[in-house]
Amino acid sequence: MNFALLTIVLALLWAALTGSFSGPNLLLGAVIALAALLLLRGRIGQPSGLRRVLPAVLLAVVFLYELLLSAIKVALVVMAPNLRAQLRPAIVAVPLTVKSDLEITLLANLITLTPGTLSIDVSDDKSVLYVHVLMLEDRAKLISGIAEGFEKRIMAVFA
Amino acid sequence: MMAEIALYAGAVLLLSGALFSLIAALGVLRLPDLYTRMHAASKAGAVGGGMILLAVALVSFDGAITVRALIGIAFLLLTTPVAAHLLARAHYQSGGRPAQITVSNDLDIVNKAGRDN
Repeated sequence: MNFALLTIVLALLWAALTGSFSGPNLLLGAVIALAALLLLRGRIGQPSGLRRVLPAVLLAVVFLYELLLSAIKVALVVMAPNLRAQLRPAIVAVPLTVKSDLEITLLANLITLTPGTLSIDVSDDKSVLYVHVLMLEDRAKLISGIAEGFEKRIMAVFA
Repeated sequence: MMAEIALYAGAVLLLSGALFSLIAALGVLRLPDLYTRMHAASKAGAVGGGMILLAVALVSFDGAITVRALIGIAFLLLTTPVAAHLLARAHYQSGGRPAQITVSNDLDIVNKAGRDN
């Protein structure tokens, strides 16, 4: 079911991208989608399906809001005349609760796009994420902010 | 009426997107090291580019272009952090250290422990 559904979704995306919903173009999209899925078949785990739509939408909304906040915050810092006085850069080790590669990747990406933080590296055993902070205020607050915020929401989507 | 609203909203988005992109470029110039520069390039850059694409989606009045612009935003938001992360990681692994004003560095502690073993 997943395979067929993905093929249809990808074919529709193809048609939207190329701007034509004609029969032959949809068919071409389906062929390309099938080829891509065949190449990736070993890599795609069984997705948990559409039951998790609400947490996913919530995650997306929170993320877009935080992204805008973050851009404004960084913009204000960049334009401050006393730039160096405002900066308190630090690299902080953040312990991870999420375990799968997909979840860690998503978390690292979300962290990079939110206020004052940038993922640099993951420890070899995938238990710690190294995060660069632009203006460090309180280390414990930063770590709990990530754990209580995005990490919890990500777990809600994939649990 | 709707068309005019979309047009004005698009103009505002276009200008704010351009402003964010300009500030991102200023940030890359003014910040002290690669890590802090990546903050400006990834965040303000992604938001700036995203706003410009959103403006295109609003004012094009063409379904195909709108969909393409929206998909463009999705890919921009997916790929910018990966690029910033890879640059920061490559810089660190090739010996680039954070600027002097950096308050603390947990990665250094780990690496020193690794070398002692």
